[in-house]
Formats: sequence, structure tokens, C-alpha cells
Amino acid sequence: MKDWPLYEIFIRSKNGLSHKHVGSLHAADAEMAIENARDVYTRRMEGVSIWVVDSREITASNPAEQDALFDPAESKIYRHPTFYDVPEEVRHM
Amino acid sequence: MQTLDQELHFQSRIDNEEKIEPRDWMPEAYRHTLVRQISQHAHSEVVGMLPEGNWITRAPSLKRKLALLAKVQDEAGHGLYLYAACETLGVERADLIDQLLSGKAKYSSIFNYPTLTWADMGAIGWLVDGAAIMNQVPLCRCSYGPYARAMVRVCKEESFHQRQGYEILLTLCRGTEVQKEMAQDALNRWWWPSLMMFGPNDSDSEHSEQSMKWKIKRISNDDLRQKFVDITVPQAEYLGLTVPDKDLKYNEETGHYEFGKINWDEFWQVVKGHGPCNRERMEARIKAHEDGAWVREAAMAYSEKQKSKNQKVA
Repeated sequence: MKDWPLYEIFIRSKNGLSHKHVGSLHAADAEMAIENARDVYTRRMEGVSIWVVDSREITASNPAEQDALFDPAESKIYRHPTFYDVPEEVRHM
Repeated sequence: MQTLDQELHFQSRIDNEEKIEPRDWMPEAYRHTLVRQISQHAHSEVVGMLPEGNWITRAPSLKRKLALLAKVQDEAGHGLYLYAACETLGVERADLIDQLLSGKAKYSSIFNYPTLTWADMGAIGWLVDGAAIMNQVPLCRCSYGPYARAMVRVCKEESFHQRQGYEILLTLCRGTEVQKEMAQDALNRWWWPSLMMFGPNDSDSEHSEQSMKWKIKRISNDDLRQKFVDITVPQAEYLGLTVPDKDLKYNEETGHYEFGKINWDEFWQVVKGHGPCNRERMEARIKAHEDGAWVREAAMAYSEKQKSKNQKVA
């Protein structure tokens, strides 16, 4: 038999923080993926909420096109606060 | 020509301490080395459950039983993290399992030794997990992102394994004469195989040099082994046990322990399948896999059925 589908697992470690990718596992369906993720990734109270996503549903950017994708942001230093001169005397800015 | 450029670029990324992620370009040999190493590592975690599983039902107290169950469960989880890391390199889990069960893939030889007494649970936690941690800590900085991340998780969980093992031996060593003898006997049997866990001497290690260049491996076998001996000998002394090595002595000048020659013939015999438990371990794995086949199929059939039911409702 072929492998069960692969699920990507995201865990929220505590309320107030976002879910974070922690790894992946195989499961027959999404419900089982949640149960298995509970056993594998939260045995030491690492989480309060679990998301599982079928790996095939993820569309990823291509690392070979990384430059083309992210270059446009590189030259736009005026998007950062340090680009602007404000005199020392001016406080709280 | 393009490949050569790519390889130079790849090596410069490694030299700059950049992490390599699954969909990045990588030389085939790098991918191949990682698949071999990570899958062997995963197989070791899975087979590593067997020697300890032997004692779960015979643990001397509920506390010890809970700890041992938790440890074995961790090892199953570690196997899973590692298989998942390996699968990011484009291999299928089922193929990796086949390679283990057909004997094509190796796992750590230490698990081909038998666990004869309860003291062996102590010695395994203290020495075998101790040596594994020593090996795994530098792997947290390995150049391949998913492997490094899996190792961080494993190392975090594993620190209790070693402490619970040492505590078992400490309890035995503070017990009766017979209990202390049992602890000494376990140390006698596990010491040398634990030193072998770091692999052949650097001069005889066929994969080491390239792995160091690729920063898959960060510290050489002999350096890790020396570090292990330096740390472990004083721990044995605290227990009041004797390390079974006549040549062991502390060198004031270097600040390191000198130790006797490792029996590499024994090591290679066990690697080649002639250790005390190689056959038994494989038979147990194959049986577990085959006995579980109907569960895997039934779970899939159930999920298909639920899916078609939900479609009808919709």
C-alpha cells in the first residue's frame, strides 16, 4: 500500500501567538492528522491549538526565482524609519 | 558547465553558514548522503525502541514504568520527525521502510545487543542516549534545514532520557551488593559498544571528509568519542563503578582521558549482521509492520467512505 497522505502541522503554542509550522506527518484523513499531531508534537504541552493542512494544497514560491520575487523590496530603503532625519531635540518619534 | 557553477554557488552558501531548504538546488550527492544518513538515523530510533520495550512490563515500579513508556514513545516520535525530514528530499516513507525491512538500510549497531537485566535500562539511558546526544547536538547546526530542525526537537526531548538512566543506576549503586553488581555488569557490557557508536576512527571513516565540507557533520568521530569519554568517566566514578578498560588513564598535560583500543572487528561483525540480536530485531520489525498492514488499509478505507458519505450529503 502507498503511504497515507502527508499533512503539514501548525501549532499555536499559546493564545496570543500565531500558529507555527512544526513539521509533517502521514494520516488517513485530517481528523487522524490532528490526533496524531497531538501525540507527536504536543506531548509536553507545546500547544493549545492545531492546524493540519494537506501538503498537496500548499502552493510555494520557487526558490530559483527568489531574486526576481524579492529584489524589488531591496532598493526601497525609504520604507524604513531610519531613512528619515529627525533632529535629536524632537522626542518620542 | 552550469552544474559546476551551481555546485560552486552551493558550496559558497554552505561556507557562509546559509541553511539549505528542500526546494533549493543541491548536488545529487548531497541529497543522496542526507537521505542515507537521515533514514539510518530514523531507523535507529525505531529499532531502538525494541531493547527497552523488553523491560516495560517488568519495570520495578510504576514510576520507572511511566518513565520508560514515555522514553520509548519519544523514540517513536523521533523516528517520525526524521522520516519526515528525509521525505522533504523527495523520497517516500514506504520506500524507506522497505529498505529497513529488506536489510538494505542500516541502523545503529548498538541496538543489536541484548538487554539482559533491569540495570541495562539505566546503562542505555546514561551511555547510549548520552552518546546519541553527543552526536546529535552538533547536528542541530547541520546545513540542511529540516534535519537541523528535527534535531533541535529531538535534543530537547532527549535530555530526560539520559538523566532517568543515570538515576536508575544511581539507585542500584546505593542499593544492595547484588544490585551494585548488576549495575557494574551493565556498564561492562555497554561501555565498549557505546564508544563504537561514534563510528570508525577518522582515518577509516569513508564519508566523513565530504560531510564535513558540506557541514552535515561538524565534529569528527574521534573528537566526539574523546569528549564522551572525558565527560562520562567522572560520572562512572561518582556511581562507584569501574570502567572496563585497563588502559584508561587521565593525562594531566592534555586534560583528556586516554583509553584502550576499540575492538573494530566486533563492530564490523555487528554492522554486517552477525551481532547477538540482529535477526531478532529485524524479525520483530517485520512482524510489527505486517501485523499492522490491515490497520493501515482499514483506516484509509474508512476515510474514503467518510469522504463519499459527506459528498452525498452535500
